[in-house]
Amino acid sequence: MALTNRSKQVAVRELTFMERLYLPAIIKGMMITLSHIFKRTPTVKYPDQIREMAPVYRGQHVLKRDEAGAERCTACGLCAVACPAEAITMESAERKKGEENLYREEKYARIYEINMLRCIFCGLCEEACPKEAIFLTDRIVPSSFTRGEEIFGKDLLVEAMNERIDVSKRQRPEVLEFKKDKRHLHNLTYQDARPKTTAHH
Amino acid sequence: MLSEYIFWFLSFVAVFSAAGMIFSKNPVYSVLSLIVTFFAVAGHYFLLGAQFLAAVHIIVYAGAIMVLFLYVIMMLNLNKLEEEKKSLYIKSLSFFAGGVLMLVLIAVVRRTEELQTIQPAVYNADMGLTQHLGKVLYKEFLVPFELASVLFLSAMVGAVYLSKKELA
Amino acid sequence: MDSMLIYKALLTVGVFAVSLGIAAYLTWGERKLAAILQDRVGPDRAGPFGLLQPLADGVKMLMKEEMIPTKANKWLFIFGPSFFMLTACMTGAVIPWGSGITVDGVVYPLQVTDINIGLLYLLGVVSIGVYGIMIGGWSSNNKYSLLGALRASSQMISYEVAMGLALIALTMITGTLSLGEISKQQDAGLANVVYQPLGFLIFIICAFAETNRAPFDLPESESELVGGYHTEYSSMKLGFFLFAEYINMFISSAVMATLYFGGYNFPFQHELGLEGNTLAIIQTSVLFIKIAIFIFVFMWVRWTLPRFRYDQLMNLGWKVLLPLAIANIFITGIVMWAMGKLN
Repeated sequence: MALTNRSKQVAVRELTFMERLYLPAIIKGMMITLSHIFKRTPTVKYPDQIREMAPVYRGQHVLKRDEAGAERCTACGLCAVACPAEAITMESAERKKGEENLYREEKYARIYEINMLRCIFCGLCEEACPKEAIFLTDRIVPSSFTRGEEIFGKDLLVEAMNERIDVSKRQRPEVLEFKKDKRHLHNLTYQDARPKTTAHH
Repeated sequence: MLSEYIFWFLSFVAVFSAAGMIFSKNPVYSVLSLIVTFFAVAGHYFLLGAQFLAAVHIIVYAGAIMVLFLYVIMMLNLNKLEEEKKSLYIKSLSFFAGGVLMLVLIAVVRRTEELQTIQPAVYNADMGLTQHLGKVLYKEFLVPFELASVLFLSAMVGAVYLSKKELA
Repeated sequence: MDSMLIYKALLTVGVFAVSLGIAAYLTWGERKLAAILQDRVGPDRAGPFGLLQPLADGVKMLMKEEMIPTKANKWLFIFGPSFFMLTACMTGAVIPWGSGITVDGVVYPLQVTDINIGLLYLLGVVSIGVYGIMIGGWSSNNKYSLLGALRASSQMISYEVAMGLALIALTMITGTLSLGEISKQQDAGLANVVYQPLGFLIFIICAFAETNRAPFDLPESESELVGGYHTEYSSMKLGFFLFAEYINMFISSAVMATLYFGGYNFPFQHELGLEGNTLAIIQTSVLFIKIAIFIFVFMWVRWTLPRFRYDQLMNLGWKVLLPLAIANIFITGIVMWAMGKLN
C-alpha cells in the first residue's frame, strides 16, 4: 500500500561502458568538491565573533524589577502552572512594613527556583505572567559540574539593581497587545476557559 | 682503496647476515637477515659496475619476493613450533642435494683466479649498464632469453592450476 | 672536485630539509584544504591562518608519552617507522630540481646524483619502502596492525607491477633511465604526457596506491582497522609514519612532474631572453608549482572519493591496470615502429 506517490521502482541494471570506466563519474564528483572551494564558509568563529541573537531568543530567565527597583513578582504561581516541564517552584511570603521599596505587591516570592536542567525554554512562563515579572533573555545558561548548580534561585534570577536587563525588544506593541487580550488562557478563570458548548441536536 | 674497504664491509655483512638467516629461531628474523644479505650482494654488483643488475636485484628479490615471504610468515602461527620428524630417506636426499651444490660452488671458486686473469683485456667498464645489457640480451641471446620467459610462463600456469583446487 | 663534493653534501642536506619542511606544511595544507572543500574553516588558532600549526603538532608529537606494548618486538617496533622515514627521504636524491647554477664557470647541478639507473632506483626504493610498514605492523603484536601491514604489502606489490610497466613504455620513448636526461629531452620536445597519456593515468593511479593515500588508504583505514599498521604507535614514532606519508606524496608529485610534465622546463623558456642563473631559478620555481598542483590533486582526490573495498583494489590492480599497462607498451611499440623510430 503506497502512502505517497514518491516511491520509485528500482532494478539492478547492467552498467554501460561509460559507467564501467568510472572515470567520468570520478571527474564529476571531483568537480562537485572543487565547486565548494568557491563557497562561503558559514562558520562563526565563536569566541572572537558572536553571532547576533534573535530579539525573541529564549535563553536564561530574568526576574524583573520595576522602575523604582522593587521586584515585580507576586508569587501567583501562574508561571509554575503554565510550565510544561514543571521546572519552576516558589514559596510566597507577605510583605512586611518598610519593605515597600523591595517588593511591588503585598505578596512576594520568598523562594523562586527554576531547574535549568528541566526547563525546555518554551517561554510559556513569560507568556503566563500577568505582572511582567519573568522574561527569557538572550543569555545562554552556563554549564556546570553538578546538578545542584543548575537550580537557579533568586540570587541568579532577579536582575541586579545596577545591571538592569533590557527586555524592551521582547515587549513589542503586538506582544503587549496580546497580553491584554482576555481571551487567552492565562488571563481567564477556569469557568471562562472552558470551550463553549454549542447545541448540536 | 675505498672500494676495497667497501668490498670487505659488504662481504662481512653478507656472510654475517646469511649465517643469521640460518641460525635465527624466529622465521621473521630469518627473512629480515636474508633481505640484508640481498642488499649486501646488490652492493657487490654495484662495485662490479653492474648497476642494472644491482637495481633489479633489489626490486625483484628484496622488494617483491621477500615481501611475499614475509607476508606468508607473518600469517603463520609462530606459537606452534613442532617440527615434523623427517625420514632418513629425506635426510639423505637433502644431504646429497646440498653436497652437489657445494661441489659446484667449490668448482666456481677454484676457477675465479683464472677468470680474473682473463678480465682486463676484454673488460668494458660500461658493460653492466642497462643499454649494453639490453643489446646483448635482445641481439645475441634472444632465443635463450625468450625460452626463459616461456619457462616462467609455464611455471605461472602451473601455480595457477595447483591453486585451483576443484581442477587439480 | 673537493668543492663539488662539499656542494653535493650541502645539496643533500638541502633536499632533505626542503622535503621535511614541505611535508610539515603539507599536514597543515591537507587539513586546510579539507576544510575548504567541506565549507569549514580548518586550523586557524596557531598563528595567522593557523600557519604555526605544524610546529604545534610537532611539539605535541614529541612531548607525548612514548609507549611500546609489552608483547611487542621492541627493536623491530622502533626499526619500522625509522626505515619507513628513511626510504621516504631517499627518493629525493635522483630528482633534478633545476637545470644547474653556474658560479665562476663551474656548473652546480641541482640534482644530488644523476645515476643512469635513476628510474630503477626510484622503483627499488619504493619497493623496499613497504618493509617499514610491514615490520612496524607485525612487531606491534596487534591484529589490526598485522592486517594493516598485510594489506599494505599486498597493495604495494600489486601496484608496483603496473607502475613498472607504465614506466617501461616511458623508457621506450626516452631511451634512458636517467631522470636528468629525461628532463633535458623534454626541454627539446614536448612533455612526455603528450606521448604517454595512458601511461600517465596508470602511473598516477599507482602513485596514489603506493603512497597509501585515499582512495587506496586501506592499510590504515581508521573505520575498520582502528589505524592499521600504526594502531599501537604513539609519540614521534607515530609522527614518523604520518610524516613519511607526506614526504612520499611530495616526492611522487615531483617524480610525476619530472617524468611526464617536463620537469623544471616550461613552454617558451628560451624565448624569454633570460640568462643562465635567473632562468635556472625560475625553472626551479616552475617545478615546485607543478609539484604543488600534483599535491593539490592528491588532496582533492582524498577528500572526494570513498575508499576502495579490498577486492575492488585487487581487481583494479591486476585485472585493469596491468592489462592496460601491457596494452600501452604494445601501442607505444607499434606507433614507434610505424614512425620508424626503432632500429
